[in-house]
Amino acid sequence: MNLKPETIEKIDKLVPRYPTMRSAALPLCHLVQEDQGYLSNEAMEWIAQRLDLQPINIIEIVSFYPMLRTEPTGQYHVRVCRTLPCALAGAYQTCHRFEEEFGCKVGHTSADGKVTLEFVECHADCGKGPVVMVGEDEYTDIDPEKASELASKMKSGELSNGLPA
Amino acid sequence: MEHKETRLIFKHIDEPGYTNDIDCYMQHGGYEQLKKAVTMKPEDICAEVLTSGVRGRGGAGFPAGMKWKFLDRKSGKPIYLICNADESEPGTFKDRQIIHQDPHQLIEGMMCAAFAIQAKLAFIYIRGEFFQGYRILEKAIEEARSKNFLGDNILGSGYSCDIIVHRGAGAYICGEETGLIESLEGFRANPRIKPPYFPAALGAYQCPTIVNNVETLCDVKHIVEMGGEAFAKIGTPGNTGTRIWCVSGHVQKPGYYEFACADITLGQLIYDVCGGLKPGRKLKAVIPGGSSAKILRADERFKGKLKDGSEFDWGIEDIPMDFDSLAAVGSMSGSGGVIVMDDTTDMVEALANINYFYAHESCGQCTPCREGVPWMRKVTQRMVDGEAREEDADLLKSIADQIAGRTICAFGEAASWPVQSFIAKFKDEFVEKAKEQAARRKEGKATATETTLI
Repeated sequence: MNLKPETIEKIDKLVPRYPTMRSAALPLCHLVQEDQGYLSNEAMEWIAQRLDLQPINIIEIVSFYPMLRTEPTGQYHVRVCRTLPCALAGAYQTCHRFEEEFGCKVGHTSADGKVTLEFVECHADCGKGPVVMVGEDEYTDIDPEKASELASKMKSGELSNGLPA
Repeated sequence: MEHKETRLIFKHIDEPGYTNDIDCYMQHGGYEQLKKAVTMKPEDICAEVLTSGVRGRGGAGFPAGMKWKFLDRKSGKPIYLICNADESEPGTFKDRQIIHQDPHQLIEGMMCAAFAIQAKLAFIYIRGEFFQGYRILEKAIEEARSKNFLGDNILGSGYSCDIIVHRGAGAYICGEETGLIESLEGFRANPRIKPPYFPAALGAYQCPTIVNNVETLCDVKHIVEMGGEAFAKIGTPGNTGTRIWCVSGHVQKPGYYEFACADITLGQLIYDVCGGLKPGRKLKAVIPGGSSAKILRADERFKGKLKDGSEFDWGIEDIPMDFDSLAAVGSMSGSGGVIVMDDTTDMVEALANINYFYAHESCGQCTPCREGVPWMRKVTQRMVDGEAREEDADLLKSIADQIAGRTICAFGEAASWPVQSFIAKFKDEFVEKAKEQAARRKEGKATATETTLI
């Protein structure tokens, strides 16, 4: 495992703060995923070893929590909220526009690896729907027209991928 | 008509020039209540919270002071405090504002609460999607630590407590307090059975634990400030303090509005505060407390008796916005998420959307929920896909009836209530959907029509 020194530092600081080592499992999954982009088998084994657990203990949480991934995403990770308040504001139409723009179905990564488009459940900003996340950045009131604008900025590479440097 | 908000928790939210750093917070009187709290006896703070009557703002509305009273103090085990910041009930977006714009209010409320229950360690369980909120809280905690508002020997009181911000990872069930605790301990968030696992007795690490919502913990700060009795004067007896109503859906001005409990009716909230519906549209239905709350139909008459014995006869617009009134009309104030639907809404599609959510979020522990909720989703999906059957409404109700009350946690109810209430109130639309599709099939046309909500 080639983790960045700052990730190792964060992990070493975090683990002893918890009453049990196992409590650090989910935070470690986050930190390693942020470092690597996804959680490979090797990564899950590494986390298990670091916390004195079995790999299955990590696999069972990775397979439970929707935000943990075992595959990398495209350059842009686009998450469209589809829950009722966003749907009432037109989230499905927004998502259809993204599908057209990127030429890929929701739930998939575009052929050029540029974009992973996903539906997600409520992002708790329902007064400003449709809500779209690009990486960790939130965009609100995204109607199909604004979706096209965002899409063209992603195609040109102008938009930030929303991930901390 | 103007309705003046009572901004207690949201006093500084969206205030121009108000920033989320500690200096700004302290310039506005911040941390004075913590300074006061650590000079009080912990049991006196608990008594004030009990007197205040403050009820949990996360959904169930259980009196927080009572919850604290159940704490097992005799076990000799360490006590933990957990702030439930897993805000994920669809339609709810109040905690986000507090975390982003006024994180120190939450930290101060938490430290007052932690001191009151003499917690050894506190956690904020924040939903994973709040990336920015997580960073804001981490920074705020460092600021508070540097000023000795948390950490060792807080303000020279001899009391020590730290806060760990723990991030969830996209699972709704972590909002259920025992699921949250499982998640915190590093497991799948499968809720625990109660009894025996009431958190106040056997919570995190099998130690006595209090889990409170973000808004509830902010209330604690204000209770310390004004005293339990003064807090109890806001709102009505049994429905004390303010509520933050998060309005979404088909209104002109969706947003968050804080009012004293029962200070406003549902009609005033929708028409006066939120600017009503779009031109030419009529109100069809409202889900008043987050997507699991039972739906209210716009043309219903609600009749019955309130807790105090007084009779009521309300239309949807007359319902006072508080815990007991919304419970009396057969729904709940829940987490305060008011989802408004106008007459363009297809109720079968709306329920299909809700069922999709709950099927996605069932943790899979209990058979009725694991099997039943995805089944309900399949039925409503089939209906919108053009294969609706007239008996589907009864089938849906039958499945829902066999989930509610038969699961370890309240998710079974949360997933069943929308189905039960949609069928009770809009059955005609479910039957009509099947009839329309049958008619189109007869004419040789495609049975499915374009959908907007699923």
